[in-house]
Amino acid sequence: MPAPEIARVSAEIDKLYRKDSRRIFATLIRLLGDFERAEEALHEAFRAAMEKWPSEGLPQNPVAWLVSAGRFKSIDKQRRDQRFEHLEDRPDVAESLADQAPPLEEKEELEDDRLRLVFTCCHPALAPDAQVALTLREVCGLATEEIAAAFLTPAPTIAQRIVRAKAKIRDANIPYQVPSREELPTRLESVLRVVYLVFNEGYSASSGDSATRADLSGEAIRLGRLIVELIPEPEAQGLLALMLLHESRRETRATADGELILLDEQDRSRWNRALITEGADLVRTAFGTQRIGPYAVQAAIAAVHAEAPRAADTDWREIVGLYDLLLRLTPSPIVALNRTVAIAMRDGPQAGLTALDDLLAGGELEGYQLAHAARADFCRRLGRHAEAREAYRRAIDLTNQVPARRFLEKRLAALPV
Amino acid sequence: MKYLCLVYLSPEEWNSAPDEACMACGNELRASGHFITGTPLHPTHTATTVRVRNGQVSVTDGPFAETKEQLAGFYLIDARDLNEAIQIASKIPPAQFGSIEVRPTRELVVSPQHAAAAAAP
Repeated sequence: MPAPEIARVSAEIDKLYRKDSRRIFATLIRLLGDFERAEEALHEAFRAAMEKWPSEGLPQNPVAWLVSAGRFKSIDKQRRDQRFEHLEDRPDVAESLADQAPPLEEKEELEDDRLRLVFTCCHPALAPDAQVALTLREVCGLATEEIAAAFLTPAPTIAQRIVRAKAKIRDANIPYQVPSREELPTRLESVLRVVYLVFNEGYSASSGDSATRADLSGEAIRLGRLIVELIPEPEAQGLLALMLLHESRRETRATADGELILLDEQDRSRWNRALITEGADLVRTAFGTQRIGPYAVQAAIAAVHAEAPRAADTDWREIVGLYDLLLRLTPSPIVALNRTVAIAMRDGPQAGLTALDDLLAGGELEGYQLAHAARADFCRRLGRHAEAREAYRRAIDLTNQVPARRFLEKRLAALPV
Repeated sequence: MKYLCLVYLSPEEWNSAPDEACMACGNELRASGHFITGTPLHPTHTATTVRVRNGQVSVTDGPFAETKEQLAGFYLIDARDLNEAIQIASKIPPAQFGSIEVRPTRELVVSPQHAAAAAAP
Protein backbone atom coordinates (compact mmCIF):
# COMPACT_ATOMS: atom_id res chain seq x y z
CA MET A 1 0.00 0.00 0.00
CA PRO A 2 1.40 3.43 -0.93
CA ALA A 3 2.46 5.75 1.88
CA PRO A 4 -0.40 8.29 1.52
CA GLU A 5 -2.84 5.40 1.75
CA ILE A 6 -1.17 4.15 4.95
CA ALA A 7 -1.39 7.66 6.39
CA ARG A 8 -5.08 7.77 5.52
CA VAL A 9 -5.74 4.41 7.24
CA SER A 10 -3.92 5.40 10.41
CA ALA A 11 -5.80 8.71 10.50
CA GLU A 12 -8.99 6.67 10.19
CA ILE A 13 -7.90 4.43 13.10
CA ASP A 14 -7.15 7.52 15.18
CA LYS A 15 -10.62 8.87 14.47
CA LEU A 16 -12.24 5.54 15.39
CA TYR A 17 -10.31 5.47 18.63
CA ARG A 18 -11.47 8.92 19.62
CA LYS A 19 -15.06 8.43 18.55
CA ASP A 20 -15.85 4.78 19.26
CA SER A 21 -13.34 3.29 21.67
CA ARG A 22 -15.59 3.74 24.72
CA ARG A 23 -18.53 2.05 22.97
CA ILE A 24 -16.29 -0.82 21.94
CA PHE A 25 -14.94 -1.01 25.50
CA ALA A 26 -18.47 -1.21 26.93
CA THR A 27 -19.32 -4.09 24.61
CA LEU A 28 -16.09 -5.87 25.49
CA ILE A 29 -16.97 -5.62 29.17
CA ARG A 30 -20.26 -7.35 28.47
CA LEU A 31 -18.60 -10.04 26.37
CA LEU A 32 -15.64 -10.65 28.67
CA GLY A 33 -17.33 -9.87 31.98
CA ASP A 34 -14.35 -8.01 33.39
CA PHE A 35 -13.08 -4.41 33.30
CA GLU A 36 -9.36 -5.21 33.18
CA ARG A 37 -9.66 -7.83 30.47
CA ALA A 38 -11.85 -5.51 28.41
CA GLU A 39 -9.34 -2.66 28.71
CA GLU A 40 -6.54 -4.95 27.59
CA ALA A 41 -8.66 -6.38 24.76
CA LEU A 42 -9.48 -2.87 23.54
CA HIS A 43 -5.82 -2.05 23.17
CA GLU A 44 -5.06 -5.39 21.54
CA ALA A 45 -7.86 -4.78 19.04
CA PHE A 46 -6.50 -1.39 18.01
CA ARG A 47 -2.98 -2.82 17.81
CA ALA A 48 -4.28 -5.53 15.46
CA ALA A 49 -6.00 -2.88 13.35
CA MET A 50 -2.74 -0.93 13.07
CA GLU A 51 -1.02 -4.11 11.87
CA LYS A 52 -3.63 -5.39 9.45
CA TRP A 53 -5.60 -2.48 8.00
CA PRO A 54 -2.76 -0.68 6.19
CA SER A 55 -2.16 -3.80 4.06
CA GLU A 56 -5.66 -5.29 3.95
CA GLY A 57 -7.65 -2.09 3.83
CA LEU A 58 -10.46 -0.96 6.14
CA PRO A 59 -13.04 -3.65 6.98
CA GLN A 60 -16.64 -3.01 6.01
CA ASN A 61 -17.74 -2.51 9.63
CA PRO A 62 -14.64 -1.33 11.52
CA VAL A 63 -16.37 -1.17 14.92
CA ALA A 64 -17.65 -4.75 14.68
CA TRP A 65 -14.20 -5.82 13.47
CA LEU A 66 -12.57 -4.23 16.52
CA VAL A 67 -15.06 -5.84 18.91
CA SER A 68 -14.47 -9.31 17.43
CA ALA A 69 -10.72 -8.81 17.34
CA GLY A 70 -10.64 -7.67 20.98
CA ARG A 71 -12.80 -10.55 22.09
CA PHE A 72 -10.79 -13.09 20.11
CA LYS A 73 -7.46 -11.80 21.43
CA SER A 74 -8.72 -11.94 24.99
CA ILE A 75 -10.09 -15.47 24.78
CA ASP A 76 -6.92 -16.55 23.06
CA LYS A 77 -4.84 -15.04 25.85
CA GLN A 78 -7.03 -16.68 28.48
CA ARG A 79 -6.42 -20.04 26.80
CA ARG A 80 -2.68 -19.49 26.77
CA ASP A 81 -2.68 -18.40 30.42
CA GLN A 82 -4.61 -21.50 31.41
CA ARG A 83 -2.16 -23.71 29.58
CA PHE A 84 0.59 -21.92 31.42
CA GLU A 85 -1.15 -22.85 34.65
CA HIS A 86 -1.13 -26.51 33.52
CA LEU A 87 -4.84 -26.67 32.97
CA GLU A 88 -4.67 -27.85 29.38
CA ASP A 89 -7.03 -30.63 30.38
CA ARG A 90 -9.71 -28.02 30.94
CA PRO A 91 -10.40 -26.61 27.50
CA ASP A 92 -14.07 -26.42 28.53
CA VAL A 93 -13.40 -23.11 30.28
CA ALA A 94 -12.20 -21.37 27.16
CA GLU A 95 -14.79 -23.16 25.03
CA SER A 96 -17.65 -22.03 27.22
CA LEU A 97 -16.40 -18.45 26.94
CA ALA A 98 -16.32 -18.82 23.19
CA ASP A 99 -19.88 -20.17 23.18
CA GLN A 100 -21.17 -16.91 24.53
CA ALA A 101 -20.24 -15.36 21.19
CA PRO A 102 -22.77 -12.73 20.24
CA PRO A 103 -24.17 -12.19 16.79
CA LEU A 104 -22.51 -9.38 14.88
CA GLU A 105 -22.98 -6.22 16.91
CA GLU A 106 -25.32 -3.61 15.58
CA LYS A 107 -24.98 0.05 16.47
CA GLU A 108 -27.99 -0.16 18.78
CA GLU A 109 -26.47 -2.95 20.78
CA LEU A 110 -23.25 -1.02 21.22
CA GLU A 111 -25.19 1.93 22.62
CA ASP A 112 -27.09 -0.41 24.95
CA ASP A 113 -23.75 -1.62 26.20
CA ARG A 114 -22.69 1.93 27.03
CA LEU A 115 -25.92 2.38 28.95
CA ARG A 116 -25.37 -0.89 30.84
CA LEU A 117 -21.96 0.42 31.75
CA VAL A 118 -23.43 3.72 32.99
CA PHE A 119 -25.86 1.85 35.25
CA THR A 120 -23.08 -0.35 36.59
CA CYS A 121 -20.79 2.61 37.32
CA CYS A 122 -23.65 4.52 39.03
CA HIS A 123 -24.85 1.57 41.10
CA PRO A 124 -26.04 2.77 44.52
CA ALA A 125 -24.01 0.01 46.19
CA LEU A 126 -20.88 1.96 45.18
CA ALA A 127 -19.72 4.98 47.18
CA PRO A 128 -21.12 8.20 45.65
CA ASP A 129 -17.71 9.73 44.87
CA ALA A 130 -16.60 6.42 43.36
CA GLN A 131 -19.66 6.46 41.07
CA VAL A 132 -18.58 9.80 39.63
CA ALA A 133 -14.93 8.80 39.19
CA LEU A 134 -15.79 5.42 37.69
CA THR A 135 -18.28 6.91 35.22
CA LEU A 136 -15.75 9.47 33.99
CA ARG A 137 -13.01 6.86 33.76
CA GLU A 138 -14.88 3.93 32.22
CA VAL A 139 -17.76 5.50 30.30
CA CYS A 140 -16.19 8.78 29.20
CA GLY A 141 -12.63 7.46 28.98
CA LEU A 142 -11.04 10.30 30.95
CA ALA A 143 -7.60 9.60 32.38
CA THR A 144 -7.32 9.33 36.15
CA GLU A 145 -5.14 12.48 36.14
CA GLU A 146 -7.79 14.43 34.24
CA ILE A 147 -10.48 13.42 36.74
CA ALA A 148 -8.16 14.33 39.61
CA ALA A 149 -7.47 17.76 38.09
CA ALA A 150 -11.14 18.46 37.51
CA PHE A 151 -12.14 17.54 41.07
CA LEU A 152 -9.05 19.05 42.70
CA THR A 153 -8.34 15.67 44.31
CA PRO A 154 -4.95 13.89 44.32
CA ALA A 155 -4.67 11.35 41.50
CA PRO A 156 -3.81 8.43 43.83
CA THR A 157 -7.06 9.07 45.74
CA ILE A 158 -9.08 8.92 42.52
CA ALA A 159 -7.16 5.83 41.40
CA GLN A 160 -7.87 4.08 44.69
CA ARG A 161 -11.58 4.92 44.48
CA ILE A 162 -11.71 3.39 41.02
CA VAL A 163 -9.80 0.26 42.02
CA ARG A 164 -12.03 -0.29 45.07
CA ALA A 165 -15.19 0.24 43.05
CA LYS A 166 -14.06 -2.25 40.42
CA ALA A 167 -13.19 -4.77 43.13
CA LYS A 168 -16.67 -4.40 44.57
CA ILE A 169 -18.30 -4.81 41.14
CA ARG A 170 -16.37 -8.04 40.75
CA ASP A 171 -16.62 -9.47 44.30
CA ALA A 172 -20.21 -8.50 45.05
CA ASN A 173 -21.24 -9.41 41.50
CA ILE A 174 -22.86 -6.13 40.52
CA PRO A 175 -24.46 -7.06 37.21
CA TYR A 176 -23.80 -5.39 33.94
CA GLN A 177 -27.34 -4.56 32.89
CA VAL A 178 -29.99 -1.90 32.52
CA PRO A 179 -32.27 -2.29 35.56
CA SER A 180 -35.70 -3.85 35.37
CA ARG A 181 -38.82 -1.71 35.00
CA GLU A 182 -39.52 -1.73 38.77
CA GLU A 183 -35.99 -0.72 39.68
CA LEU A 184 -35.61 1.84 36.90
CA PRO A 185 -36.99 4.96 38.61
CA THR A 186 -34.64 4.84 41.61
CA ARG A 187 -31.68 3.60 39.59
CA LEU A 188 -32.21 6.29 36.95
CA GLU A 189 -32.30 8.88 39.73
CA SER A 190 -28.83 7.80 40.82
CA VAL A 191 -27.49 7.94 37.24
CA LEU A 192 -28.97 11.40 36.64
CA ARG A 193 -27.50 12.64 39.90
CA VAL A 194 -24.01 11.55 38.81
CA VAL A 195 -24.43 13.16 35.37
CA TYR A 196 -25.60 16.44 36.91
CA LEU A 197 -22.70 16.41 39.38
CA VAL A 198 -20.26 15.98 36.50
CA PHE A 199 -21.95 18.81 34.62
CA ASN A 200 -21.91 21.19 37.56
CA GLU A 201 -18.29 20.45 38.29
CA GLY A 202 -17.54 21.52 34.73
CA TYR A 203 -19.87 24.49 34.76
CA SER A 204 -19.02 26.20 38.03
CA ALA A 205 -16.19 28.56 37.22
CA SER A 206 -15.03 28.36 40.83
CA SER A 207 -11.57 26.91 40.47
CA GLY A 208 -9.29 24.61 38.57
CA ASP A 209 -8.27 24.61 34.94
CA SER A 210 -11.28 25.99 33.07
CA ALA A 211 -10.52 23.99 29.91
CA THR A 212 -10.74 20.65 31.74
CA ARG A 213 -13.91 21.81 33.35
CA ALA A 214 -15.67 22.72 30.10
CA ASP A 215 -14.81 19.19 28.93
CA LEU A 216 -16.60 17.77 31.96
CA SER A 217 -19.78 19.62 31.00
CA GLY A 218 -19.42 18.32 27.45
CA GLU A 219 -19.08 14.75 28.75
CA ALA A 220 -22.16 15.19 30.95
CA ILE A 221 -24.20 16.45 28.00
CA ARG A 222 -23.02 13.52 25.87
CA LEU A 223 -24.10 11.12 28.63
CA GLY A 224 -27.40 12.97 28.95
CA ARG A 225 -28.07 12.55 25.23
CA LEU A 226 -27.23 8.84 25.37
CA ILE A 227 -29.63 8.30 28.28
CA VAL A 228 -32.46 10.26 26.65
CA GLU A 229 -32.01 8.36 23.42
CA LEU A 230 -32.32 4.98 25.13
CA ILE A 231 -34.56 5.82 28.13
CA PRO A 232 -36.91 8.63 27.08
CA GLU A 233 -38.09 9.25 30.65
CA PRO A 234 -39.25 12.81 31.44
CA GLU A 235 -36.62 13.35 34.13
CA ALA A 236 -33.82 12.28 31.78
CA GLN A 237 -35.19 14.75 29.22
CA GLY A 238 -35.49 17.37 31.94
CA LEU A 239 -31.88 16.99 33.01
CA LEU A 240 -30.58 17.12 29.44
CA ALA A 241 -32.69 20.25 28.83
CA LEU A 242 -31.38 21.84 32.02
CA MET A 243 -27.77 21.19 31.02
CA LEU A 244 -28.29 22.46 27.46
CA LEU A 245 -29.99 25.64 28.67
CA HIS A 246 -27.17 26.37 31.13
CA GLU A 247 -24.58 25.55 28.49
CA SER A 248 -26.22 27.98 26.05
CA ARG A 249 -25.10 30.84 28.32
CA ARG A 250 -21.60 29.60 29.10
CA GLU A 251 -19.79 32.23 27.01
CA THR A 252 -21.66 35.16 28.52
CA ARG A 253 -21.39 34.34 32.22
CA ALA A 254 -18.13 36.12 32.85
CA THR A 255 -15.96 38.84 31.40
CA ALA A 256 -12.65 37.97 29.73
CA ASP A 257 -10.87 38.55 33.05
CA GLY A 258 -13.23 36.33 35.00
CA GLU A 259 -15.70 38.85 36.50
CA LEU A 260 -19.16 37.35 36.98
CA ILE A 261 -21.97 38.71 34.83
CA LEU A 262 -25.48 38.21 36.23
CA LEU A 263 -28.28 36.87 34.08
CA ASP A 264 -29.98 40.25 33.57
CA GLU A 265 -26.73 41.83 32.37
CA GLN A 266 -25.60 39.08 30.00
CA ASP A 267 -25.37 39.72 26.26
CA ARG A 268 -28.36 37.68 25.12
CA SER A 269 -27.39 37.95 21.46
CA ARG A 270 -24.47 35.63 22.27
CA TRP A 271 -26.60 32.92 23.86
CA ASN A 272 -26.45 29.72 21.82
CA ARG A 273 -29.83 29.58 20.06
CA ALA A 274 -29.48 25.99 18.85
CA LEU A 275 -28.95 24.74 22.41
CA ILE A 276 -31.86 26.85 23.67
CA THR A 277 -34.22 25.48 21.02
CA GLU A 278 -33.19 21.92 21.75
CA GLY A 279 -33.50 22.45 25.52
CA ALA A 280 -36.89 24.16 25.30
CA ASP A 281 -38.24 21.41 23.02
CA LEU A 282 -37.13 18.79 25.55
CA VAL A 283 -38.88 20.72 28.35
CA ARG A 284 -42.12 20.69 26.36
CA THR A 285 -41.77 16.95 25.70
CA ALA A 286 -41.14 16.25 29.39
CA PHE A 287 -44.09 18.40 30.52
CA GLY A 288 -46.26 16.67 27.89
CA THR A 289 -45.92 13.37 29.76
CA GLN A 290 -47.62 14.79 32.88
CA ARG A 291 -44.98 12.99 34.93
CA ILE A 292 -42.90 15.99 35.84
CA GLY A 293 -39.93 15.86 38.19
CA PRO A 294 -37.50 18.40 39.65
CA TYR A 295 -35.08 18.40 36.69
CA ALA A 296 -37.85 19.17 34.20
CA VAL A 297 -39.15 22.02 36.38
CA GLN A 298 -35.68 23.53 36.81
CA ALA A 299 -35.20 23.25 33.06
CA ALA A 300 -38.56 24.98 32.51
CA ILE A 301 -37.36 27.88 34.68
CA ALA A 302 -34.13 28.09 32.68
CA ALA A 303 -36.19 28.01 29.46
CA VAL A 304 -38.36 30.96 30.56
CA HIS A 305 -35.18 32.99 31.05
CA ALA A 306 -33.66 31.77 27.79
CA GLU A 307 -36.73 32.63 25.75
CA ALA A 308 -37.05 36.22 27.02
CA PRO A 309 -35.55 38.52 24.34
CA ARG A 310 -34.53 41.05 27.02
CA ALA A 311 -34.17 40.67 30.81
CA ALA A 312 -37.13 43.06 31.22
CA ASP A 313 -39.32 40.70 29.17
CA THR A 314 -38.86 37.80 31.65
CA ASP A 315 -42.18 36.24 32.64
CA TRP A 316 -41.73 36.32 36.43
CA ARG A 317 -45.29 35.15 37.10
CA GLU A 318 -44.49 31.97 35.23
CA ILE A 319 -41.20 31.59 37.09
CA VAL A 320 -42.80 32.03 40.53
CA GLY A 321 -45.41 29.42 39.53
CA LEU A 322 -42.67 26.99 38.52
CA TYR A 323 -40.84 27.57 41.82
CA ASP A 324 -44.09 26.80 43.67
CA LEU A 325 -44.23 23.52 41.78
CA LEU A 326 -40.56 22.78 42.43
CA LEU A 327 -41.00 23.48 46.13
CA ARG A 328 -43.84 20.94 46.25
CA LEU A 329 -41.69 18.32 44.48
CA THR A 330 -38.49 18.93 46.49
CA PRO A 331 -39.07 21.03 49.60
CA SER A 332 -35.71 22.66 50.29
CA PRO A 333 -34.63 26.00 51.78
CA ILE A 334 -32.49 26.72 48.72
CA VAL A 335 -35.42 26.33 46.34
CA ALA A 336 -37.45 28.54 48.69
CA LEU A 337 -34.67 31.14 48.56
CA ASN A 338 -34.69 31.20 44.76
CA ARG A 339 -38.44 31.58 44.90
CA THR A 340 -38.11 34.76 47.00
CA VAL A 341 -35.82 36.23 44.31
CA ALA A 342 -38.49 35.53 41.70
CA ILE A 343 -41.14 37.08 43.98
CA ALA A 344 -38.98 40.21 44.32
CA MET A 345 -38.90 40.46 40.54
CA ARG A 346 -42.65 39.90 40.20
CA ASP A 347 -43.96 41.95 43.14
CA GLY A 348 -41.04 44.23 44.02
CA PRO A 349 -38.13 44.05 46.50
CA GLN A 350 -40.32 44.63 49.57
CA ALA A 351 -42.33 41.45 48.85
CA GLY A 352 -39.09 39.57 48.27
CA LEU A 353 -37.57 40.83 51.50
CA THR A 354 -40.64 39.88 53.54
CA ALA A 355 -40.60 36.35 52.10
CA LEU A 356 -36.83 36.06 52.59
CA ASP A 357 -36.91 37.25 56.21
CA ASP A 358 -39.58 34.64 56.96
CA LEU A 359 -37.26 32.07 55.50
CA LEU A 360 -34.16 33.32 57.32
CA ALA A 361 -36.11 33.14 60.59
CA GLY A 362 -36.16 29.35 60.04
CA GLY A 363 -32.37 29.41 60.61
CA GLU A 364 -31.39 26.86 57.96
CA LEU A 365 -30.03 29.49 55.54
CA GLU A 366 -28.00 31.42 58.11
CA GLY A 367 -24.67 30.07 56.79
CA TYR A 368 -25.59 30.21 53.12
CA GLN A 369 -23.93 33.12 51.32
CA LEU A 370 -26.54 33.43 48.57
CA ALA A 371 -29.27 34.11 51.15
CA HIS A 372 -27.31 37.10 52.46
CA ALA A 373 -26.41 38.22 48.95
CA ALA A 374 -30.13 38.18 48.06
CA ARG A 375 -31.01 40.13 51.21
CA ALA A 376 -28.31 42.67 50.39
CA ASP A 377 -29.72 43.10 46.90
CA PHE A 378 -33.33 43.56 48.12
CA CYS A 379 -32.21 46.15 50.70
CA ARG A 380 -30.09 47.96 48.12
CA ARG A 381 -33.07 48.24 45.79
CA LEU A 382 -35.22 49.53 48.68
CA GLY A 383 -32.59 52.18 49.52
CA ARG A 384 -31.93 50.57 52.93
CA HIS A 385 -28.18 50.97 52.52
CA ALA A 386 -27.01 50.23 56.06
CA GLU A 387 -28.80 46.88 56.05
CA ALA A 388 -27.54 46.17 52.53
CA ARG A 389 -23.96 46.85 53.62
CA GLU A 390 -24.26 44.49 56.58
CA ALA A 391 -25.73 41.72 54.41
CA TYR A 392 -23.02 42.11 51.74
CA ARG A 393 -20.33 41.81 54.42
CA ARG A 394 -21.94 38.66 55.79
CA ALA A 395 -22.18 37.18 52.28
CA ILE A 396 -18.53 38.04 51.51
CA ASP A 397 -17.42 36.36 54.74
CA LEU A 398 -19.19 33.17 53.68
CA THR A 399 -17.89 33.10 50.07
CA ASN A 400 -14.79 31.13 49.07
CA GLN A 401 -15.05 31.46 45.30
CA VAL A 402 -12.88 34.34 44.13
CA PRO A 403 -15.05 35.67 41.27
CA ALA A 404 -18.18 35.60 43.44
CA ARG A 405 -16.34 37.45 46.22
CA ARG A 406 -15.07 40.10 43.84
CA PHE A 407 -18.58 40.58 42.53
CA LEU A 408 -20.02 41.12 46.03
CA GLU A 409 -17.18 43.46 46.98
CA LYS A 410 -17.88 45.57 43.90
CA ARG A 411 -21.56 45.78 44.80
CA LEU A 412 -20.68 46.74 48.37
CA ALA A 413 -18.28 49.46 47.19
CA ALA A 414 -20.95 50.86 44.84
CA LEU A 415 -23.39 51.52 47.72
CA PRO A 416 -23.85 55.24 48.46
CA VAL A 417 -22.19 56.20 51.75
CA MET B 1 -29.90 -26.80 70.00
CA LYS B 2 -28.28 -24.96 67.11
CA TYR B 3 -25.68 -22.26 67.64
CA LEU B 4 -24.49 -19.58 65.23
CA CYS B 5 -20.76 -18.89 65.53
CA LEU B 6 -19.90 -15.46 64.14
CA VAL B 7 -16.34 -14.76 63.05
CA TYR B 8 -14.92 -11.25 63.67
CA LEU B 9 -11.57 -10.02 62.34
CA SER B 10 -9.81 -6.67 62.10
CA PRO B 11 -8.79 -5.74 58.55
CA GLU B 12 -5.12 -6.28 59.49
CA GLU B 13 -5.84 -9.85 60.59
CA TRP B 14 -8.24 -10.56 57.72
CA ASN B 15 -6.00 -13.16 56.06
CA SER B 16 -4.21 -14.41 59.18
CA ALA B 17 -6.01 -17.74 59.46
CA PRO B 18 -5.06 -19.74 56.34
CA ASP B 19 -7.91 -21.07 54.20
CA GLU B 20 -6.40 -24.58 54.54
CA ALA B 21 -6.88 -24.46 58.31
CA CYS B 22 -10.48 -23.26 57.93
CA MET B 23 -11.18 -25.99 55.44
CA ALA B 24 -9.71 -28.59 57.79
CA CYS B 25 -11.82 -27.27 60.65
CA GLY B 26 -14.97 -27.53 58.52
CA ASN B 27 -14.06 -31.04 57.51
CA GLU B 28 -13.58 -32.11 61.11
CA LEU B 29 -16.91 -30.65 62.16
CA ARG B 30 -18.57 -32.27 59.18
CA ALA B 31 -17.09 -35.64 60.15
CA SER B 32 -18.27 -35.29 63.74
CA GLY B 33 -21.78 -34.33 62.58
CA HIS B 34 -21.72 -30.82 64.03
CA PHE B 35 -21.42 -28.82 60.82
CA ILE B 36 -24.59 -27.36 59.24
CA THR B 37 -23.24 -24.59 57.04
CA GLY B 38 -20.54 -21.94 57.00
CA THR B 39 -18.77 -19.70 54.57
CA PRO B 40 -16.08 -17.04 54.51
CA LEU B 41 -17.03 -13.52 53.37
CA HIS B 42 -15.42 -10.92 51.15
CA PRO B 43 -14.07 -7.88 53.11
CA THR B 44 -16.44 -5.20 54.39
CA HIS B 45 -15.86 -2.80 51.47
CA THR B 46 -17.89 -5.20 49.35
CA ALA B 47 -20.89 -4.75 51.66
CA THR B 48 -24.16 -3.10 50.66
CA THR B 49 -26.78 -1.97 53.18
CA VAL B 50 -30.47 -2.28 52.34
CA ARG B 51 -33.26 -0.51 54.22
CA VAL B 52 -36.95 -0.11 53.53
CA ARG B 53 -38.68 3.01 54.85
CA ASN B 54 -42.23 3.97 53.89
CA GLY B 55 -42.16 1.24 51.27
CA GLN B 56 -39.10 2.79 49.57
CA VAL B 57 -36.00 0.63 49.22
CA SER B 58 -32.78 2.50 49.95
CA VAL B 59 -29.41 1.06 49.00
CA THR B 60 -26.13 2.41 50.33
CA ASP B 61 -22.51 1.53 49.99
CA GLY B 62 -20.80 -0.05 52.97
CA PRO B 63 -21.73 -1.84 56.20
CA PHE B 64 -23.56 1.08 57.76
CA ALA B 65 -25.79 -0.44 60.41
CA GLU B 66 -26.59 2.02 63.19
CA THR B 67 -24.28 1.41 66.15
CA LYS B 68 -27.24 0.59 68.36
CA GLU B 69 -28.45 -2.02 65.87
CA GLN B 70 -27.51 -5.53 66.97
CA LEU B 71 -27.26 -8.73 64.94
CA ALA B 72 -30.72 -10.31 65.07
CA GLY B 73 -30.52 -13.16 62.57
CA PHE B 74 -29.22 -14.19 59.21
CA TYR B 75 -30.32 -15.53 55.83
CA LEU B 76 -27.88 -17.27 53.52
CA ILE B 77 -29.41 -16.78 50.08
CA ASP B 78 -28.53 -17.81 46.56
CA ALA B 79 -29.10 -14.96 44.10
CA ARG B 80 -28.14 -14.39 40.48
CA ASP B 81 -26.31 -11.13 41.23
CA LEU B 82 -26.24 -8.21 43.69
CA ASN B 83 -29.41 -6.69 42.22
CA GLU B 84 -31.40 -9.83 42.95
CA ALA B 85 -29.80 -10.11 46.38
CA ILE B 86 -30.86 -6.51 47.16
CA GLN B 87 -34.38 -7.25 45.99
CA ILE B 88 -34.59 -10.32 48.25
CA ALA B 89 -33.02 -8.45 51.19
CA SER B 90 -35.61 -5.70 50.84
CA LYS B 91 -38.36 -8.30 51.44
CA ILE B 92 -36.89 -9.50 54.74
CA PRO B 93 -39.31 -7.99 57.30
CA PRO B 94 -36.77 -6.33 59.65
CA ALA B 95 -35.49 -4.30 56.64
CA GLN B 96 -38.39 -1.95 57.46
CA PHE B 97 -37.09 -1.24 60.95
CA GLY B 98 -33.35 -1.87 60.88
CA SER B 99 -30.97 -2.70 58.09
CA ILE B 100 -29.87 -5.74 56.15
CA GLU B 101 -26.17 -5.95 55.36
CA VAL B 102 -25.64 -7.87 52.12
CA ARG B 103 -22.19 -9.43 51.92
CA PRO B 104 -20.92 -11.65 49.11
CA THR B 105 -19.49 -14.99 50.24
CA ARG B 106 -16.29 -16.36 48.80
CA GLU B 107 -14.80 -19.78 48.27
CA LEU B 108 -11.95 -21.01 50.43
CA VAL B 109 -8.83 -21.09 48.27
CA VAL B 110 -6.99 -24.34 48.91
CA SER B 111 -4.60 -26.51 46.92
CA PRO B 112 -6.13 -29.39 44.88
CA GLN B 113 -4.99 -32.00 47.47
CA HIS B 114 -6.98 -30.25 50.21
CA ALA B 115 -9.99 -29.89 47.94
CA ALA B 116 -9.84 -33.62 47.09
CA ALA B 117 -9.62 -34.48 50.79
CA ALA B 118 -12.70 -32.33 51.42
CA ALA B 119 -14.66 -34.11 48.71
CA ALA B 120 -13.78 -37.53 50.11
CA PRO B 121 -16.46 -39.09 52.32
